[in-house]
Amino acid sequence: MIRQLFGALSALVLAGTLISGCQSATQDPGPQPEVVDEAVSKPPEKPPEPETKKPPFNERGEVVHPVTRMPLSTTFYFEYDQSRLAQDDIGVLAVHAQILRDNRNYSVQLDGHCDERGTREYNLALGERRWQAVRRYLISAGVRSTQIEGTSFGEERPVDPGHDESAWSKNRRAEMSYSR
Amino acid sequence: MNAHELRRVLCIAAAAIAGHVTQALEIVIPEGWDSPTKVAVVPFGSAMHPDEPDPTASVDLAGIVAFDLTRSGQFSLLPSANMLSYPSAPDQVYFRDWRLLDLDYLVIGRAWTEASGAVSVVYHLFDVTSEREVASSRITAAAEKLRDIAHRISDEVYEHITGIRGAFSTKLLYVLVENAATRTPTYNLMVADSDGARARTVFRSMEPLLSPTWAPDAGRIAYVSFEKGRSTIVVQNLATGERIHVAAFPGINGAPEFSPDGTKLAMSLSRDGNAEIYTLDLASRELRRITRWPTAIDTEPSWTADGESLIFTSDRPGKPQIYHIGLDRLDAERLTWEGDYNARARLLPNGRHLVYVHRRERVYHIAWQDMERGTVRVLTQTSLDESPSLSPNGAMMIYATQDLGRGILAVVSIDNGFSYLLPEAAGDVRDPAWSPFIDALGDRH
Repeated sequence: MIRQLFGALSALVLAGTLISGCQSATQDPGPQPEVVDEAVSKPPEKPPEPETKKPPFNERGEVVHPVTRMPLSTTFYFEYDQSRLAQDDIGVLAVHAQILRDNRNYSVQLDGHCDERGTREYNLALGERRWQAVRRYLISAGVRSTQIEGTSFGEERPVDPGHDESAWSKNRRAEMSYSR
Repeated sequence: MNAHELRRVLCIAAAAIAGHVTQALEIVIPEGWDSPTKVAVVPFGSAMHPDEPDPTASVDLAGIVAFDLTRSGQFSLLPSANMLSYPSAPDQVYFRDWRLLDLDYLVIGRAWTEASGAVSVVYHLFDVTSEREVASSRITAAAEKLRDIAHRISDEVYEHITGIRGAFSTKLLYVLVENAATRTPTYNLMVADSDGARARTVFRSMEPLLSPTWAPDAGRIAYVSFEKGRSTIVVQNLATGERIHVAAFPGINGAPEFSPDGTKLAMSLSRDGNAEIYTLDLASRELRRITRWPTAIDTEPSWTADGESLIFTSDRPGKPQIYHIGLDRLDAERLTWEGDYNARARLLPNGRHLVYVHRRERVYHIAWQDMERGTVRVLTQTSLDESPSLSPNGAMMIYATQDLGRGILAVVSIDNGFSYLLPEAAGDVRDPAWSPFIDALGDRH
């Protein structure tokens, strides 16, 4: 089982490397090989059984870790002007990928957002890069492209309406929501 | 009080005169703003017979004209309280009164109601130094067009004095967001006169609206709407209110700009994987892909005056810069080299100068660039500046900025840096677009 998972993740590393290779000229090389390596070296603890008995959602409808039942983060933050996934988010996304692989009838909606700085239209495209960075990771982790939809809202939907770094850092994000 | 301070006070007073007509503006006079042309616009006279309705009772024509001229940054207006006489006909003008006040030009006028109910206005423009009448005109229009008449007079006075066509008879299109900092903001697409008056909502949505732009005939607008849960491009007829979703492809549908002949829209679409520039023929719906750069964001296209090429934003060098591309050969050429963030460029009517959003030390300003000489000049002193849009005569630029965390619109003179903030009481304003020349009175060709 663990060997299987490791094999799958190795394939992901390769896929991720290929994707980032294709994207080498861009600002956004997608998941970096070393980032995925870390995901490989620390696979999600106690990989869940292939047939999860209980749906990975709690009574409030939040998505949870299939084994620990702890709520999983569904918001992924980005650096200023960047669309690269944070290392800390890779582990969480690996669990989301596992859930989506185990439940092919589930799908996720990804929304990409920016802070208010820069032009609205450039940010609309930057927001797309952000949700696509999440999508690329999920697909490299075995999620089917038909399970993923995405929309960029650019800078139009801040969670924090403030005009300082504290607000901006909360607004540069990709949000994931499940439908099942 | 030195001369500089004096000018500043005079100017703010001139704005305050008009304050009861529109709203007082915060005017910023730059260092080195050198002696602009001094003009007096005398309060217009009214009907000859006291029992006739007086059009100037409802609309302060002279106040609107004075306010227009003040906003251009090229004139210093004499407050009416400082005038020594109040002529409304040429035979009442004593040039000595105006020479004493060191004036260059004098505008007088008179308005009355015709038997038909229409309103007529006569104005005269005098050169005080030569004691000659420079221009005179009688304008008749429906009573509800009094403000249009006033802006027409401003246009003519401006053109007679500067030699440049006036752009006061124009409109502004912008987005007003009510309850912006709450979970339920309302987005209003607004059209207002160039002085901010007569603002009206032309579309309202609970979902974001952005990037509004004018068709060259000023009868249609295009914008991005999220009313379907994601970005789509809408073309709306202002007279009928008819709305057509012209682009609702998968991914981003953004940054619409009408071609100079009004038959096409340039836009940014990510339907083929990432944001690229396309043109859409509005009649045939034929879509043509212009850029092919799969790793870069290509957006914010804008047409050159001949309609044969586009300028656009691309981050193909790593950070956004401005490019030019010919529509026949599709040969992209980089135009901006200073700074690591240059975006959303617009060409001046002369085709040689650009304005764009320019980041310098993490602060966003609007910059101006001479493409032949390569000179770059920062035009704005505010921060978080974006969405530059030019008046059709190229003399003024409106842009979006922030004041105490609230979105506001500001206007700056391209030539001398004179600027003012447009007030908006009810919310957050953004994304301004200055209209083409408009013939509101239907008689100018």
